[in-house]
Amino acid sequence: MTVPLEYFVIVAAVLFMTGAVGFLIRRNLLVLLMSIELMLNAVNLTLVAFNRQHPGDHTGQIFTFFIIAIAAAEAAVGLAIVLAFFRLRSTVRSDDADLLRN
Amino acid sequence: MNKLELAYFGACSLIALVGAIVTVGAKNPIRGAMGLLSTIIGIAGLYLMLAAEFLAAIQLLVYAGAVVILFLFVIMLLGPSAQSKRDARGAVARYVGAAAMLFSGVGGMALVMRTQSPAPTALPAAPPQFGTIESIGHELFSTALVPFELSGALLLVAVVGAVAVARGKQVDPTLLPAADAKKPSASPSPTARAAGQTKEARS
Repeated sequence: MTVPLEYFVIVAAVLFMTGAVGFLIRRNLLVLLMSIELMLNAVNLTLVAFNRQHPGDHTGQIFTFFIIAIAAAEAAVGLAIVLAFFRLRSTVRSDDADLLRN
Repeated sequence: MNKLELAYFGACSLIALVGAIVTVGAKNPIRGAMGLLSTIIGIAGLYLMLAAEFLAAIQLLVYAGAVVILFLFVIMLLGPSAQSKRDARGAVARYVGAAAMLFSGVGGMALVMRTQSPAPTALPAAPPQFGTIESIGHELFSTALVPFELSGALLLVAVVGAVAVARGKQVDPTLLPAADAKKPSASPSPTARAAGQTKEARS
């Protein structure tokens, strides 16, 4: 294994940045959910890379396993909420989600 | 540095990063989902490189096989209206996004530079059993047994909740309680109106 750990961390940082920027500048609720998945994947990559540096136990990989499970649950619930919101308003723009305003 | 490993690393990270940019930048959500798929495959390749074979398989099975397919189903269920007209936010949000990108990039670089090792060092050799299904499963069922079982409960609750939220208001009108049927709502759905009518006809 000759590729150093820093390279993986930099790739994960750029991935996280891309996801965060997508979450900030987009309005489509589906794209927002996909940006969250990007950020979770970046964090997972960091955990696995740091676990690779300390191969004594598998703590980072176990964490990644649970994060994948939570991300799957989050995607299911988030998409169900998007579907319900679309039925109510016939749109998926996040700006139209103002049901709790005033 | 081994050229072949570096080339594999570069190819996988290029696939992942290009997929991420496509996910964020694509106007068509289906194209965005394909970008997300590309990112997931690239990251699975990086997991393989980091000796996490079990996680690479899980990544492909759960993310590429379930989550992206779920996204595609919902995008196709919503039809062309899933593609909103003016999608990107205004100038302020774009500047905030660019500033966040710059800030986290510079911060990450500074953190990497501040590490103890002056030059990038190669990772230590992994033991032969590192990251295999056997060793991960052993750890999962001994030290992390309670969280593992709880994640099963979490997934069950998430599935039930998703069904309950996405099913909407198509309930059998005869099962509605009286208070719900009498309560005037701002924009009653057809089923709620029908329920109110049946209630009035009965009373």
